[in-house]
This record gives sequence, structure tokens and C-alpha cells, in this order.
Amino acid sequence: MTDACAKGLAEAANAADIEVEAADWLERKIGGSWNERDDALFEQWLARSPDQRVAFLRLSAAWSYADRLSALRPVPQPRMSAAGLGRRPLLSKIVIAAMLPIVLIGIAASYLALTGPRAQVYATAFGNRKKIVLSDKSQVELNTQTVLRFTADRTRRVAWLDRGEAFFQIAHDVKRPFVVYIDNQRVTVLGTKFLVRSDADRLEVAVVEGRVKVDPADDAALHKFVVLIPGEDAIISAKSVSVARKGVKNLDDTLGWRRGVLVFDNTTLADAAAQFNRYSRKKIVLADTEAARLTIGGTFPIDNVELFVRVTRDVLGLHVEKRGDDEVISR
Amino acid sequence: MGDKSESERAGPNTRLSSADTATSGTDDWFIREVLPLEAALMQFLRSNWNNESELTDLRQDVYVKVYEAARKQIPEFVKPFLFAAARNLLIDRVRRNRIIPIEAMADLDALGAVSSDSEPDRIVLARDALRKLQIVLDRLPPRCREAVILSKIEGLTRREIAVRMNIAEDTVRQHLMHGMRILANTLYGERAEPRSGS
Repeated sequence: MTDACAKGLAEAANAADIEVEAADWLERKIGGSWNERDDALFEQWLARSPDQRVAFLRLSAAWSYADRLSALRPVPQPRMSAAGLGRRPLLSKIVIAAMLPIVLIGIAASYLALTGPRAQVYATAFGNRKKIVLSDKSQVELNTQTVLRFTADRTRRVAWLDRGEAFFQIAHDVKRPFVVYIDNQRVTVLGTKFLVRSDADRLEVAVVEGRVKVDPADDAALHKFVVLIPGEDAIISAKSVSVARKGVKNLDDTLGWRRGVLVFDNTTLADAAAQFNRYSRKKIVLADTEAARLTIGGTFPIDNVELFVRVTRDVLGLHVEKRGDDEVISR
Repeated sequence: MGDKSESERAGPNTRLSSADTATSGTDDWFIREVLPLEAALMQFLRSNWNNESELTDLRQDVYVKVYEAARKQIPEFVKPFLFAAARNLLIDRVRRNRIIPIEAMADLDALGAVSSDSEPDRIVLARDALRKLQIVLDRLPPRCREAVILSKIEGLTRREIAVRMNIAEDTVRQHLMHGMRILANTLYGERAEPRSGS
């Protein structure tokens, strides 16, 4: 995590803490046991900084405002009324509990007749993304320049990621395991949501939910197999497997393309440019290594190279030159 | 609680005890003019900052800046002043962190001219106050709601509420503190839903 991130979190905790302190003081004031000593302590607390004062003003003003509540509920017989008010939510709770639906997990009948060896082919063009639903009801989101084939019969479901990147949400079906083949690797799905990306010389598998097993279809391969759990992101090349524990929340950034954004966190301009260049004919070119090494963070629309370039120029103080369709960035 | 005026009703309980008139003038101004703009402020922050967890912190920082400035001189136009403070804060952060917050970064430029509309927010707040309060109440967990109602409507002390609800005083404290925070967030932080009828 970057310093900036850590700092942001610390500050956020701070504002919430101050609000709790303010609520604590306000509660004491109205609680009915306030004394002179409290007065002095409260003054000290208030004087600490305007943060305290502002937080307290906000809570106490809202609390006073709620005096109007008395207009909402005339209380000729306070005790009765209050008891009634207290009971109502409890009652509704019971009713809700009673009505809780019984969850039926329907195991879909195997309505799928043998589809035969012929696989369905799905593809996206350069810069495009697409959501598809496979014949087994699994959902797949295809990123730019992706080709996926899929076939299923009564005993198994098989997909081939011939190129590109896809995010899978697998329909649950214990009777038919779901397997994805990429190059010479086999990804067996033990769970439900995961990403597979195939690059020239490496394979990336990241798991959001459930478990996924990756093993070489080729027995001579160096590694046997790895089982990935949610939050893990594995990079598999011919020679190595490295698993990073990113955490599910951070995987969200990796999967930003699904929402149409690229998320950078302390990412070098070289990496960021490479990511943009996957989607756009207008390429970002880094003219010198110094600029390429600068890092940047933030969330950008995937299809707005201009915005990224402009913001980068302004924030990092770089020089940008248009060359044909390309944007050339230099120091 | 009959026909007391607003300020009396706020009473000694919630008024800050500082006798400094300049300060209490700023306090009044802050409550009367700034807090009702919170929903708009939050919307602005939310659409210009992508880290949800930092919003409360940002809001607090904006308030502190505005409050400090108003101590020296109360600004004539509140809304542009508040939004200028928010905008400057965001830009500072962007510069300091080198983290560019968003697709809407481009919009930051446009914000220089945040409109100084004829402040409808306060009016909306007054009109919707009762309904909003109702919403807040509905939203509170049942026991918490009961404690708030006993305190607000019946004016019971913490101890009396504890006896009535048959729970520990400290639990009453927790309920009330929780209620206060939700109350402030709903009352100030959220836009009123579109009115149905009337």
C-alpha cells in the first residue's frame, strides 16, 4: 500500500473517531448527570481544535432539530405511547422472521442434451468488451481481443480461452465440472468467480469467489498444480508459478475493465500505458525511461486516453506531443 | 415543550457554553447556513473523489476550513464559499498524493464556477425535516429507536430510560450515541427524496 493510501485511511479513522467523541459528550450533556467538572473537561476537549467544535456543532444541531419529533407524535399518555412505539418494531420483526422464505436450491435438471463436439465460439474485437451467457447459464465477460470456445454435455463443461481475457461466473453444477484450457494449462473450476487472462508468454488466473485449480495439461511441466483461493492472483509462465495474495478488494482493481475503468495504484507510466494500449488504436508512447518509471494512481475511463494523458501531463509536469494518432510523453 | 422558540428549545443542553460572542456567532452561522448544504457538499465530494472511505474525513476538513475562515470574517455568500473550499481541498490532495481521483477530474476545472443559486437547500431542509426525521426513526435499530424516542419525546434521563427499557445505562448511552450520528447523517448528509403529493 502506498503512503498516500495509508495516510488517507488514518485520516478517515480520525474524523469518525472525533464524531464518536462528540456523540459521547452530547450524550453526557443530555443524559442527566452533568456537573461542573464535566463543564471544564468539555471546554478542554472543545478547545483542542476546530475539528472537535465542528463535529460537536453538527451532532448537537441535528439532535436539537429532532425536537420536532414531538410534533410527529402527540403524547397524551406518554408511557403507553412509548411502550407502543417500542413494541411495534419488535412485532414487525417477528412477522418478518415468520415470513422468511424457505430457500430452495433448485438443482437445474440436466435439460441440456448432448451438444456434441462442436463448440460455440465467442469473440471480441479490439477495444471491445462483451457479456455472454453460456449454454449452461454461466456468465462470462470478455475483454478486448478475446476468443473463447465452449462446449458442454451431460458430464462436463469445457471452455478454451484461445486468446485474451475473460471473467467467469460459473453456474453451479456439481455433476458437470467446468474446465478452462489455456495453451497447455488446465484450469479446473471448484468455485464460481474468477478471471483468466492469456498473454503471449504467461497466464494469469485470479479468484474472486470459490476455488480454482490450475495444473499443466502437459505432464512434463515443472510445476504440478496450484489451488487458488479468493483474493489470490497467480501468474503462470512456462518456467514458474507465482501467486500473489492481493485480497478480493484489490482484485476489484484488476477487474476494473469490467466496469469500463482502469485502476492504477502506484503504477509506473510504462505499465499504465501498456494497459491503455490494449484498448486503443491511439497509442501512448513513452519517449524516455525516466518518464516511464514515474508512478501514478487513480481510476480512469478505459476509453479515454486523452483524459489520462492530459491529467498525467498536468500532475506529473510532463511534456506531451501528438505524433499521428499517438501521444508521445516525455520529461 | 409547547411553543418555545427554536433557540430556546435547543436549550442550554446543546448550546456550547463558551461566552465568547464572536465564537457563538460563528457557531450559529455554521449551524444555520453551512450544515443545510451538507447533502450538496457530499454529493460534490462523492462525484469527485472515488474513495468512499475518505468522504467523512474530507467533509470534516472542509468544515474546519470554512469554520476557521468564518471566525475571522463571515462570508457573504455561503454556497460558493463552501464549494470553493471543497474544491481547493480536493486539488490539494491530488497534488500531495499524486493520486488522481477520477473520471470526473476533468470536472474540477468546471467547478470554479460553482453556482451561487438562491440557496434552496435550507428551505428544502425545513420542509422535509419532519419527513426526514421519520425516515431516520424508521432506520434506527428498534432498541436504539426506542431509546431515542424516550429521550427526545418524553425527555427521560439516561437512568430513567435504562429502567424503562430494562437495560444497562451504558447500553442506553451506546444507543443514544448511535442515534445521534445517524440522525445527523440523515438530516444533513442526504438529499431529500422526491416528494409524493403535496
